[in-house]
Amino acid sequence: MATRISREELARRIAADIPDGAVVNLGIGAPTLVADYLPEDREIILHTENGMLAMGPKPAPDRVDPDLINAGKQPVTELPGAAYFHHADSFAMMRGGHLDVCVLGAFQVSQSGDLANWSTGAPDAIPAVGGAMDLAIGAKAVYVMTDLLTRDGTAKLVTECSYPLTGVGCVTRVYTDHAVFDVTARGFVVTELFGDTTLAELRELTGLELEEAE
Amino acid sequence: MIDKTVADIESAVADIPDGAVVMIGGFGRAGQPRELIDALIARRLQGLTVVNNNAGNGDTGLAALLETGAVRKIICSFPRQSDSWVFDRLYRAGEIELELVPQGNLAERIRAAGAGIGAFYTPTGYGTQLAEARETRRIDGRDYVLEYPIRADYALVSALTADRWGNLVYRKTARNFGPLMAAAATTTIVQVDHIVPLGSIDPEAVVTPGIYVDRVVALGERAWLRDGEFIGGVTVEGAPRARDHHDARPGGD
Repeated sequence: MATRISREELARRIAADIPDGAVVNLGIGAPTLVADYLPEDREIILHTENGMLAMGPKPAPDRVDPDLINAGKQPVTELPGAAYFHHADSFAMMRGGHLDVCVLGAFQVSQSGDLANWSTGAPDAIPAVGGAMDLAIGAKAVYVMTDLLTRDGTAKLVTECSYPLTGVGCVTRVYTDHAVFDVTARGFVVTELFGDTTLAELRELTGLELEEAE
Repeated sequence: MIDKTVADIESAVADIPDGAVVMIGGFGRAGQPRELIDALIARRLQGLTVVNNNAGNGDTGLAALLETGAVRKIICSFPRQSDSWVFDRLYRAGEIELELVPQGNLAERIRAAGAGIGAFYTPTGYGTQLAEARETRRIDGRDYVLEYPIRADYALVSALTADRWGNLVYRKTARNFGPLMAAAATTTIVQVDHIVPLGSIDPEAVVTPGIYVDRVVALGERAWLRDGEFIGGVTVEGAPRARDHHDARPGGD
């Protein structure tokens, strides 16, 4: 069985790749963990879709401000240098290519970089998309943070997505609990293996012809 | 003299008819014009189309409006939340129509209506279910989808401060859709904490110029502010926070 790293370790690994000066949007769910591991010696600005730059961590319980929340509708704080703006400006920042990095969760990522993360297509499910489609096509670098396998052991890296798409050819890199994959013109390229994970194991788990970075 | 001040919240919404298209500001509960919605509920209207980012939280505000059966259709980006049980039940029962729009397209379609734009090409949603049957176009090597404006008969918006001309200042992330919706509706109705004398809002700080606003009604200061200063002591829902033993413990979270 291949080695897996924890969600916290994965968040730390992603945070290490975010450069000084970057403007970053962290998607709802596991990606928000990345905020806890951003290196303190780098100035990194967090964007939240509901109209704020320089979002800070959650407040003390007696300092919760209902007018100051993140995309997940959780209370946050403002850091020095913060700015507020309306929703059309906030999404212009995404669509207009002004965000350096976004980190999103995924149901599936295809080898051509298609992302499926908003709907499983189940007939009884209530659909909800939020800002996922704007983020996926807007940020300069789109990082996906996910387990390599679903709970029933199916690989989330696929030849072609079977779930409804969020964006076409938009994913830059996939950080999983087993390895890091770059999306390239030749498909997935493994750039880093965690623990004693091997390329052969990844090929078996995903059924994909994975290349190893030189 | 221009005076958009309305004395009470009931008369602010008194002319909204059955079947109206009503934009309601807010992202979740932040910026949701709760008191205007309550006044709308009291009107017992039918066949409304509501435009909001979400589809109500808990049993209050927009959720309470949906509960009355007043809303025929909702246009939003993210109806499904942990506390959206009112919408969930109506949707599953087939009692409400949903138009699901990616959030940035929702914002831009509302903006386009206010700005007199006939339609626009956006890359968001290209190649997905939410852009099916729409016109597409490749411009400079990138694929786009044609999206049309969303207009409304009325907008209900919450802001912090207004003057009698309807100039508005918002507070933090409660701004969200307010400025867009104010411009996109035929009649824009705004609830604020305070209406201040004309000239006392710094012109450089006006976020929504009064040209977009038709009515303002003052409700008094929100529970987590005192004389304009943040005092806390509430939950993220805005309810008074029950003190617990953690408060007494130094360094507790």
